[in-house]
Amino acid sequence: MMPQVALPILIPLFAGAVSLVFWRSRGMQRFIAVAGTAGLLATSLWLLVTVRGDGIQVMHMGGWAAPFGISLVADLLGAIMVVLTGIIGFAVALFSLATVGRGHEAYGYFPLLHLLLAGVAGAFLTGDIFNLYVWFEVMLVASFALLILGSEKAQMEGAIKYVTLNLVSSVIFLVAVGLLYGMVGTLNMADIARRLATLEDDGMADVLAMMFMVAFGIKAAAFPLFFWLPASYHTPPVAVSALFAALLTKVGVYALFRVFTLIFHHSPGYTHEILLWGAGLTMLSGVLGAAAQFEFRRILSFHIVSQIGYMLLGLALFTPLALIGGVFYIVHHIIVKTTLFLISGIVHRVSGSYQLAALGGFYRSHPWLAVLFLIPALSLAGMPPLSGFFAKFIVIRAGIEAEAYGVTFIALLVGLLTLYSMIKIWAEVFWKASPDEEDDGVPKAVGQREMWLMATPVVGLALCTLFIGLNAEPLYNLAEASAGQLLAPERYIQAVLGTNGEEMP
Amino acid sequence: MEPLMAITIGILFAAAIYMMLRRSIVKLVIGLILLSNAANLLIFATAGMVRGAPPLVPKGMTAPETAVADPLPQALVLTAIVIAFGVLSFAVVLVRRAWEIVGADDLDQMKDTDT
Repeated sequence: MMPQVALPILIPLFAGAVSLVFWRSRGMQRFIAVAGTAGLLATSLWLLVTVRGDGIQVMHMGGWAAPFGISLVADLLGAIMVVLTGIIGFAVALFSLATVGRGHEAYGYFPLLHLLLAGVAGAFLTGDIFNLYVWFEVMLVASFALLILGSEKAQMEGAIKYVTLNLVSSVIFLVAVGLLYGMVGTLNMADIARRLATLEDDGMADVLAMMFMVAFGIKAAAFPLFFWLPASYHTPPVAVSALFAALLTKVGVYALFRVFTLIFHHSPGYTHEILLWGAGLTMLSGVLGAAAQFEFRRILSFHIVSQIGYMLLGLALFTPLALIGGVFYIVHHIIVKTTLFLISGIVHRVSGSYQLAALGGFYRSHPWLAVLFLIPALSLAGMPPLSGFFAKFIVIRAGIEAEAYGVTFIALLVGLLTLYSMIKIWAEVFWKASPDEEDDGVPKAVGQREMWLMATPVVGLALCTLFIGLNAEPLYNLAEASAGQLLAPERYIQAVLGTNGEEMP
Repeated sequence: MEPLMAITIGILFAAAIYMMLRRSIVKLVIGLILLSNAANLLIFATAGMVRGAPPLVPKGMTAPETAVADPLPQALVLTAIVIAFGVLSFAVVLVRRAWEIVGADDLDQMKDTDT
């Protein structure tokens, strides 16, 4: 029995339930938030070490053997994603202690946070496609409620777009699962992959592949289905924005990686070509959208879209190096993007605004924050020696090796435009003089303890990107092993269905 | 039975998409409800319609003797209905709150977040 496969799901669920019990006790809820996410981080690291050492871990729920029961499967990609969930969950929980107001906490912010983390971890670990749908919904319901905490006008408008698009995506996903079941008669992803390979009807498989691509494409905010993201991510409290930015779209990306390496790899000339162009246009439209924005979090939101393009590019090229790049990019992006959102939160906490025009003078008043911003900002743009450089380098090199010059050129151009966006924020928020004459350079009163709570996760995450940049080899090796598993789906199938997986009933 | 089911599902999908393309947020929610019902019916129909053959194994045997209805899609539909019910009731409350706060039922007037 391998408890670490299920623990990353059970711990947040349990923590959420316990913090519901302490509904009236603010201190207890805050303590559980930190303890629960720390537990999640610890078990996820345990899981990663196990998977790295002993290969793919499988746990059959309730003792029902696959393909009849629901299996939890942790391969390297899943384990890496769960570790990232743990890191981000812990960082955001710490940050929430200082930034989420009493009113939000009283309406169940922390239980929802735990539920969201459980949904995300469940989606990364399940080996059953209908179960994946269920975890998606767990995650979505929690995110709906988090998104509208506070009930401001912008939140309501953003939430309507977010809810509608995500529900449509869920329905498309559900229909695709139903049709897939009608075709192959099973829901276990390993079993689906095995049976689909023997099916004659390639046309129908392509139709299903496209349905999954659209459903997960909406969740991942890929072109042309990304517009719900910049319309909603800048509206909730900043800790929620950071959590969403880090994890929600990445669940969509993970699902695309899983489905298009394990199940639908029969005609890459068709499906992966569409993904390739989708990836290129995602990058370009995201970064051009960001260039037109002058609100801190909206710029960052559009950059999520453009960065999703790089990850999809890694998947779409479908070569070993490209997949390594894709996995590497996901790791880099989650860490860096969360850091940037948290920094925008600190800026907002100090000055009370997200509008670039109303900000300024931070280099004078908070020089340490300016340095902290530059690290993830330059990393996002792909400057050496930070993590973004290696992530971009691997993906672009894979593009050149696969002779996809058009998309590679877009990737390089988008890197440049990302730098432009980041410099724009730097110049407006940190460099230019503060537009408020009377309190020029004098920060608003933010308590010492509060500042430490906000700064600690930011410093930790910034050190992560610096560390990955200076010492990229361990992560590269990990991504390489993970890409190796993705390109050999028979190992996944073998691990889930057991050694006698060859004969079919 | 299957052709009738297929046509019903098709009409439901068409009606849902038509409603979702309207500007009113109330009609948007009605569209979402129809959409999830259409999806549920579709899953129900995927395993084929078998009448009067419950998937029960007779006593003393390990497998049913004749072809039986596939119970799995029904279980899936049950799950999907419960999830859709929860999510859609959230959507209804959201629309009501949005109407209270924004003061409009028109999606075209909800563009504060798009500038």
